[in-house]
Amino acid sequence: MWSFSNIANNLHDWLSTTFNPTWTLIIEMVIAGIAVIGLFAALGLVLVIMERKVSAWMQIRVGPNRVGPKGMLQSLADTLKLLVKEGLTPNGADKLLFNVAPFIAMIVAMLLLAPIAFAKDFQLWDLNIGVLYVSAVSSIMVISILMAGWSSNNKYSLMGAMRSGAQIVSYELSAGLSILAIVVLTGSLRVSDIINSQADGWWIFKGHIPVIIAFVIFIIAVTAETNRAPFDLAEAESELTAGFHTEYSGMKFALFFLAEYVNIFVVCGIGATLFLGGWQPLHFGTGTQFNHIMDYIPSSLWFIGKTFFLIFVIMWFRWTFPRLRIDQLLNLEWKYLLPISMFNLLLVTLMAIMKWHF
Amino acid sequence: MLNEELKTKITELLPSATFEEGGEWLNINIESKDWLSLAQQLRNDDSLFFNYLFCLTCIDWKTHLTMVYHLSSTKYRHNIVIRSKLDRINPEIETVSHIWRTADFHEREVYEMFGVNFLNHLDLRLLILPDGWEEKNPMRKDFEDPINMIRL
Amino acid sequence: MVEEIGTTTEGDLIINVGPQHPATHGVLHLVITLNGETIKKVEPHLGFIHRSIEKMCESLTYRQFIYVTSRMDYLSAHINNHACALCVEKGLQIEIPARAQAIRVLMDELTRIASHELWWGAMAMDLGAFTPFFHAFRERETINDIMEETCGARLTMNYIVPGGVMQELHPDFQKRVKEFIVLYKRKIHEYDEMVTGNIIFQNRMKNVGYLSAEDAVSYGCTGPTARGSGVSCDIRKLYPYEVYDKVEFDEILETAGDSFARYMVRIREMQQSIRIIEQLIDNIPDGDFQAKTKAVLKLPKGEFYSRVETARGELGVYIVSEGGTTPYRIKFRSPGFSNLSALDHMARGGKLGDLIAMMGTLDLVIPDIDR
Repeated sequence: MWSFSNIANNLHDWLSTTFNPTWTLIIEMVIAGIAVIGLFAALGLVLVIMERKVSAWMQIRVGPNRVGPKGMLQSLADTLKLLVKEGLTPNGADKLLFNVAPFIAMIVAMLLLAPIAFAKDFQLWDLNIGVLYVSAVSSIMVISILMAGWSSNNKYSLMGAMRSGAQIVSYELSAGLSILAIVVLTGSLRVSDIINSQADGWWIFKGHIPVIIAFVIFIIAVTAETNRAPFDLAEAESELTAGFHTEYSGMKFALFFLAEYVNIFVVCGIGATLFLGGWQPLHFGTGTQFNHIMDYIPSSLWFIGKTFFLIFVIMWFRWTFPRLRIDQLLNLEWKYLLPISMFNLLLVTLMAIMKWHF
Repeated sequence: MLNEELKTKITELLPSATFEEGGEWLNINIESKDWLSLAQQLRNDDSLFFNYLFCLTCIDWKTHLTMVYHLSSTKYRHNIVIRSKLDRINPEIETVSHIWRTADFHEREVYEMFGVNFLNHLDLRLLILPDGWEEKNPMRKDFEDPINMIRL
Repeated sequence: MVEEIGTTTEGDLIINVGPQHPATHGVLHLVITLNGETIKKVEPHLGFIHRSIEKMCESLTYRQFIYVTSRMDYLSAHINNHACALCVEKGLQIEIPARAQAIRVLMDELTRIASHELWWGAMAMDLGAFTPFFHAFRERETINDIMEETCGARLTMNYIVPGGVMQELHPDFQKRVKEFIVLYKRKIHEYDEMVTGNIIFQNRMKNVGYLSAEDAVSYGCTGPTARGSGVSCDIRKLYPYEVYDKVEFDEILETAGDSFARYMVRIREMQQSIRIIEQLIDNIPDGDFQAKTKAVLKLPKGEFYSRVETARGELGVYIVSEGGTTPYRIKFRSPGFSNLSALDHMARGGKLGDLIAMMGTLDLVIPDIDR
């Protein structure tokens, strides 16, 4: 059965026989770079059309259905439009920061694609602090938001950017503590170790109650981290302030927009990896007929399926709930989620020590 | 209270008020200089308790203007109508926006449409008409606008 | 949509909201003075949709001016026409046949439900939930289809005229309204669960925009705005007209005075309207749909005032007649005008996000205010 890891291995073998090691490394890095950029673009296109179709389905309407079969090429039309749009820089804006901010957002989003395991043995970089790397690099996003808000020379962009910054920084704590719950159970920060430890069952089943609490908190926290509804007060759809990316138009706005969607993919990917087993198929116990059937489905499909299920849940939130006011939002984090996640961490540690998990 | 009792009570408060017959509610004509004191008494008197001013408007009879106030009480559910004649050249009357807060917007509207000057109003300026329409008083009968008004 | 005008010397910020809104309030321009996030003063600038209806009606006959008035508060178009027709009939002193009265009340209540549905959808959209808007419009479309069959139009119906109604009901009217009643009772329950019970909505609306009962009366607020503060002012109960004294329905009062109370009043009013429709739909009396009136109406010399309860509050029509075929002076006492004057009082001391919730619960329709 050909799989991503087979292709990667064959390519590596062919390259190392054809070129000397330095060139092999350089060519592999170039290929990886192109693949990541291609993935970034492809994900952006797919997620935009998915959002529009999901929202239409929830609102009893059809969604885009003119461009392409069933509207599937709508994203291409949108991309073309954004490419040819005039990119305006406001009058008093700080030119350097204004132009650099969307690129930082894009770079952060691409960097985050590195430690994610898309299929069995198919990971860009399996570093020994994989999970910590994701948590740390996603914090750099705040810098790009603040840069965008500040350099726009617009008091409302600045206000929106400050609110967004406060929100992201607060919710990182809860997200980090939920991730820690799984790290405690696994004993390692390395992504491949975490996935391998779920070979006999996903953590959400093995770790029962504390892991389910951690999962729920994780989903809430990452919805807030990526500025999605119901926490999107700082974004373009809020009532009064138009958010940190008001003054952007054309390709720079497209970069922010795509970076947000890729961020959602990455955090859902991390959630799927930590809690739902990554590319591991659904196993119950060991060596039964059910497990054999599950094994036939390729691991990349498992990973994509789980991640897109979580993305669907996050999109579902957006079209169901109204938005919270900024003070209610921060209240929720500091007074409710943070104490619960700290207490949950204690529970998980207790569970890990006493081996009360499956 | 019935119309007869209201009539006697109002005559007590303001002897110079005259009444008109006909119509479903009691119609009272007063002088414009008596309006403020009568309004305060109508609002504060316990047996009258007119706390709801539901219509404030002005009518342009071609020789004079008439201010019309419709008052009601949420406690006793009686209604009265008070009219006051104003001079056409220099119409002035006391404001009642500190007694009934709804009069604030209504008086601004009458000011811009008819040109009535409400004395001691805190913020008398245009409400509905855009800038540049001061002194034009469009609702008066002698308002001419050759472009927009077509006389058949 | 939002621009900064300037900063005053004390560090206050003056911002504009409108005149273009993402929600369906209409063209309202608010100038807000902020200190940080707290509102110090709200000043509405009106007049973007002023069409000088009052002056126009002075040159239209009593049969013609009805068509203009349905564009004042276009969400309760039938009720506006009803108020004008009642005033003219008061002047002419004619008696309306029982069938016309029942049809008028049915149309009024259907319009009230349609107006509250749009309010509900727009309010949820203001607060950030985009989906209830589509659900609300689904019901509103059903009502509009029923209206279209009988009256010929979906928004400005011009069906209620002095003397009765303009033409006979469509033969399918009763059947369709009965189907609608069955469908609607299920949906009201669904809306209660989806929006009213949602804790995020409740937190956005509770303790926001407090209006006490004395202030409500002093500012001249009527309708659900005042009933949310405990002021009993339903014209259908106090000064009943048509067949309102023969049907059973409750006047909804809440005492909390905040946005959530006003919200609940409107939701319960929708239920009461369905109750009225249910009672009337099987018992429409037979007879004429219009009283015999002359072709050209002339009101006698005098002044006439009629009041009805629209979806927003008390609409008063005041006609001064000099005996001719056109009114000498018409004044429309619109409910939105007085409700808007209470916005400044309610908004002071609150946050910017609360202002949106407050504007939603006041249910402002700007053409009603500007006339």
